[in-house]
Amino acid sequence: MFILKLIIRNAFRHKLRTILTIVGVAIAVMAFGLLRTLVGAWYAGVESSSASRLVTRNAISLVFTLPISYQEKIRSVPGVKGVSHANWFGGVYITEKNFFPNFAVDARTYLDLYPEFILSPQEKKSFIVDRKGCVVGRSLAQRFGWNIGDVVTLKGTIFPGQWEFVVRGIYRGAEKSTDETQLFFHWDYLNETMKKMSPRRADAVGIYVIGLKDPYLAAEVSLAIDGMFKNSLAETLTETERSFQMSFVAMTDAIVIAIQIVSYVVIVIIMVVAANTMAMTARERIPEYATMKTLGFGPWHIAGAVFGESIAIAMIGGTVGVALSFPAGGWIGRELKQFFPVFSISTMTIALDLLAAFVVGTVAALFPTWRGATINIADGLRRIG
Amino acid sequence: MPERFYTSNSQLRTLHSELSLKIMSIPFSYSFRNLWTRRLTTVLTASGMALVVFVFADTLMLAEGLRKTLVETGSSDNVIVIRKASESEVQSGIDRQQAAIVGTQPEIAVGRNGNQLLAREIVVLISLTKRGTDKPANVVIRGIGDASLALRPQVGLVAGRMPRPGSSEVIAGDSVARRFRGGGIGETLRFGMRDWMVVGVFEAGTTGYSSEIWGDVDQLMQAFRRPVYSSVLFKLRDSSEFDALKVRIESDPRLTLEAKRETRYYSDQSEMMATFLRILGITLTIIFSLGAMIGAMITMYAAVANRTAEIGTLRAMGFRRRSILISFLMESILLGLTGGCVGLFFASFMQLITISTMNWQTFSELAFSFTLTGTIAFQSLLFSMIMGLIGGVLPAIRASRMNITEALRAS
Repeated sequence: MFILKLIIRNAFRHKLRTILTIVGVAIAVMAFGLLRTLVGAWYAGVESSSASRLVTRNAISLVFTLPISYQEKIRSVPGVKGVSHANWFGGVYITEKNFFPNFAVDARTYLDLYPEFILSPQEKKSFIVDRKGCVVGRSLAQRFGWNIGDVVTLKGTIFPGQWEFVVRGIYRGAEKSTDETQLFFHWDYLNETMKKMSPRRADAVGIYVIGLKDPYLAAEVSLAIDGMFKNSLAETLTETERSFQMSFVAMTDAIVIAIQIVSYVVIVIIMVVAANTMAMTARERIPEYATMKTLGFGPWHIAGAVFGESIAIAMIGGTVGVALSFPAGGWIGRELKQFFPVFSISTMTIALDLLAAFVVGTVAALFPTWRGATINIADGLRRIG
Repeated sequence: MPERFYTSNSQLRTLHSELSLKIMSIPFSYSFRNLWTRRLTTVLTASGMALVVFVFADTLMLAEGLRKTLVETGSSDNVIVIRKASESEVQSGIDRQQAAIVGTQPEIAVGRNGNQLLAREIVVLISLTKRGTDKPANVVIRGIGDASLALRPQVGLVAGRMPRPGSSEVIAGDSVARRFRGGGIGETLRFGMRDWMVVGVFEAGTTGYSSEIWGDVDQLMQAFRRPVYSSVLFKLRDSSEFDALKVRIESDPRLTLEAKRETRYYSDQSEMMATFLRILGITLTIIFSLGAMIGAMITMYAAVANRTAEIGTLRAMGFRRRSILISFLMESILLGLTGGCVGLFFASFMQLITISTMNWQTFSELAFSFTLTGTIAFQSLLFSMIMGLIGGVLPAIRASRMNITEALRAS
């Protein structure tokens, strides 16, 4: 009990210095947590993808399409439960700054394959029967204040023209990690317009999404599909939805790595600051340690007191940092909604935050602890002068 | 604190001799020697600052590297024509008829051989695997015409030869040749049901072209079954005629195209990336500098507390409050500057690193490197001094406000 009291009293002896250090640790831990969350948000698409879905695209690259005739061929492959198709539409709402993903999909089959997009039965029905209808995610609808029945006009970048859609449903995600910022409309609407405008580009599909009867069949089915279209005009590449999403993340991994490095740099910075504080504190108290030793306290007592003080300061800072990261994370999540649909702080991140604070406290205490424990009584006392 | 007195006694002696000549300002060496006396603390605080300056300088260098890549990729005399609202060459499509109409514009410059300096090009993305890994990346493949090379003076062949028109031959940018499987000279790439022989490697400095593969436009259109061009690029005979030309092309009822200066086109392309880097850089710098400034503040408060008696002595000798304030600020700024120099020193090594990432707007590979300029070096050092200044203001004010008699008693 005594040593706890000593630690707390000691920690707040220099109120200003301790508070500054706590603020520093809090800021660093908050930054660390937010950067880790940012990296997590990068992988959100991968996390939310299902293992029982495959994606088939043109083997050359995503800009090339596949003929619509592949759909029935793929459906006949053993192990395939359902097939749907989608095109990246790349439409712009008013200005480019309002970016959100929008896809032309085969409505009925697509919604069957993605049970995580939850629509009420009547919304689903009214979307499927309206060829100019679209469904939008809940947070996207909030962002632009759309309601059911509103008309949304997108400017096509890949498919020229002004495209009008009527909002027929607002979906919400089944999981926390489901992307609620997308817009889906009927592939048939796109295809029929293209048939009139540029027939050469009609009947073309960006990707096929394939639902599997059993996730363990993924490798077999992929090989079967790719084998079927080998040496044709449009060769395919089939992979699980997870690795399809991963390939996007992998292309930007230089940035992810940079953010990860930076998140450790901030901890090192604060470690240096905290180490400095503890070193100064210990230096000032050398005579005190000597006195305590004279009174009969062992080196372990003194070491414990110094170490405990450092850990106490760091952990208080860490806790404050974790607490601050929630409002800060909420704010960033709102500001960057268009880049990162999912931005939530995980339990793992909180644990790492506290671990980082603990490490800062430990490292900062190393030198002063050693100094305090090994101080020679005569030397220490002499400094009082 | 007798130890402090030994050091400061000698300092006070120097001070005393100077005092008779110059009145009222504490010499700079006092600040410097104070930092030197408390080496461990100085090193710790300065290294915190150094890390912050390192990050600050790096974000600026990265933004500068990206800007430099873009500026050098485009030329302001060149005009690029793409389909209206398509934003990039990859999304654009121009049929042969429209491309021919663009070719009749009178503003197009004429080359030495009497032909127009105009190239109809096709740009598509193909997915290639990086050497030594299984990681795919999207690479731009560009179908070129006769004038393509002349329109881009920054591009030059360094090995091999140009592809023969009408053959399945391609040349690769040095960045592609080095990093992608099948990209080196003599190797083959397979796409569009054909094997393409790499017959040459070109160098394009820090421009985006180094991550591209070039081949004959007509062959590529055939291979990809894509009977439209992506863009038309030409040089203006007179740069000032751009506005008139733009109006004419965009209001022509036969055309659904838009014209942009090449420089403008490339900076639009990576606007999102530039914004992202800027926001990330500013946010990181602000958060980090808060940490470092707190560090400086702790150090300077301790410095003031340790030297209470000394400050009292200085005041008793006749130094003004303002001199004390300036002296402590000097010390703090010097601390910041030390950190700044160290941080900048390490940041300069980052120039050896090239970042390659995907540009979200075009889905293609974009490579750029950290670039250090005089302005960035100056900004970083200034930033470090400002951090020192802000960290030192409150402690310095406390020092200058001390009461002489109480301060002297503190010993």
